Amino acid sequence: MTTYEKSVPGRRGFISEQSDVPVVSLASIMGEENLRKTPAALPELAETDVVRHYTALAKQNFGVDTGFYPLGSCTMKYNPKINEALAALPGFLGAHPLAPDGMNRGCLRLLAELEEMLCEVCGMEAFTLQPAAGAHGELTGLMCIAAYFEKTGQTGRKVILIPDSAHGTNPASAAQAGFTVRSVPSGSDGLVDPDALRVAAEAAGESLAGLMLTNPNTLGLFERHIVEIAEIIHGAGGLLYYDGANLNAVMGITTPGAMGFDVVHLNLHKTFSTPHGGGGPGAGPVGANKVLAPFLPGKGEDSIGRVRAYYGSFGVLVKAYCYIRTLGGSGLREASETAVLNANWLLKKLRGAYDAPHGEWCMHEFVLSCAKLKAETGVSAMDVAKGLIDKGFHPPTVYFPTIVPESMMIEPTETEAPETLEAFASAMLALYEDAHVNPETLHNAPVTTPVGRLDATAAARNPVIKR
Amino acid sequence: MLYSQDHEWINVKGDVGTVGITDHAQSQLGDIVFCDIEPAGTVLSAGDTAGVVESVKAASDIYSPVSGEILKVNEDPADDPALLNTDPVANWLYTIRLNDPSELDGLMDEEAYDLYCRG
Repeated sequence: MTTYEKSVPGRRGFISEQSDVPVVSLASIMGEENLRKTPAALPELAETDVVRHYTALAKQNFGVDTGFYPLGSCTMKYNPKINEALAALPGFLGAHPLAPDGMNRGCLRLLAELEEMLCEVCGMEAFTLQPAAGAHGELTGLMCIAAYFEKTGQTGRKVILIPDSAHGTNPASAAQAGFTVRSVPSGSDGLVDPDALRVAAEAAGESLAGLMLTNPNTLGLFERHIVEIAEIIHGAGGLLYYDGANLNAVMGITTPGAMGFDVVHLNLHKTFSTPHGGGGPGAGPVGANKVLAPFLPGKGEDSIGRVRAYYGSFGVLVKAYCYIRTLGGSGLREASETAVLNANWLLKKLRGAYDAPHGEWCMHEFVLSCAKLKAETGVSAMDVAKGLIDKGFHPPTVYFPTIVPESMMIEPTETEAPETLEAFASAMLALYEDAHVNPETLHNAPVTTPVGRLDATAAARNPVIKR
Repeated sequence: MLYSQDHEWINVKGDVGTVGITDHAQSQLGDIVFCDIEPAGTVLSAGDTAGVVESVKAASDIYSPVSGEILKVNEDPADDPALLNTDPVANWLYTIRLNDPSELDGLMDEEAYDLYCRG
């Protein structure tokens, strides 16, 4: 039930005393024609009703504060509460971006230090903190690439190569930035094949603008030909874009700069422990090397200009700053090492039952296939995902990456205890048994939630978005 | 009927080909919820994007198996995308005037395509 359905005419939280200020009619101030003819349809509820309504909704929610959330490629690590406490300090909370010069020095210093720290983690020359989220960062980075080619008189460079394992945002951002996208097929080992890339780069010729790459890629594999890949793209006159979605695997071990990338976007809500989605806005800082740094928003005369008002999602930036300062350089490296260790531990537990099409080792995440399970039992990756809900876990990412049939992409992150990983592995193996013994229970899952299996197909074919 | 590695089929009569997605493609995509093909008159090279189909799992480009000009687009799958799940062969997507019939040599026959799908 919504608050509107719970509304009772005349019910109030507070009833104020009669005001001793003389009443002036609104019509005399604003003009009768500007007033609404009927009162706004607002729900009428007591404070008790409102608090219980939202508490009941909150109890139905599932998040990293309630349980394990192995949503692959999303890095659903725990968000330390100290970040929230520090971001809520009055000096940060009350800061206004238009405060007179000199009154926001502390905030500006924090932003400058955060830029420096992100430069060090990524091996980049400069960072902008403006972009509001990952895809916005992608667009910003690609606009910098476009501006570079314009500045250097190479406006014909319009083709961006993207591996078929990439996140869907990559081709979308490239198209939005005015580029033409060409997909590069992955090799049978799940990696970019340098020979195939060379062919694609040669085919694009003078129109090659660059390559967008996630490393480790969405299969959880490190693109080990990255140095050769960078040589191919740079040799053909293109630039390399690093999608930072999977930076959580390599912090303090290597950097996008060392791999040869020219521009990188990060997702602070993934790698740097700021909340996802409903916990606050995202933040997608963009870093660039010497070649592209002059084009970043707010960085010099070749800047592409502002991409967001003021200083980005400031509160989020404070939280990321706290996270980096809490862990320090060695702590960030340990976070990555533990993320990789946790993923490998889970992979080893699960690969005996589920198919792991890309080998026995992974970086911070891995991809299983339920194709064989589905052929044997009729139970799909979607059924297993729904079954996990009944076992108290958030499902992993399913049906992505699209190059693996019936895929499940699992990213445990570093913030989970061995007992949690063990419990999750047991649940997955129990579901595997269920699939063989009693597949019907999995087709009907979940049964423990307020609503059961939703008809995603009907919702997509006949969307009702307004009542 | 010939098949592409991107899971399109093409049926050629004279210099006109009829193109659709294969049964394997629809079964991999799952319930298809959206279908949009470039308008008649669009000129495509082999491998160009001729349109897109979306399922609840994924969005997938339709790559033209041959070069040529789109002659006619079948509106039925756009109106009712579920048709592509029930019969992806009867519910063709578009017809195309072939520029270069030799491109057909690069496509697979049914037997080769079956083997390809089994990987």
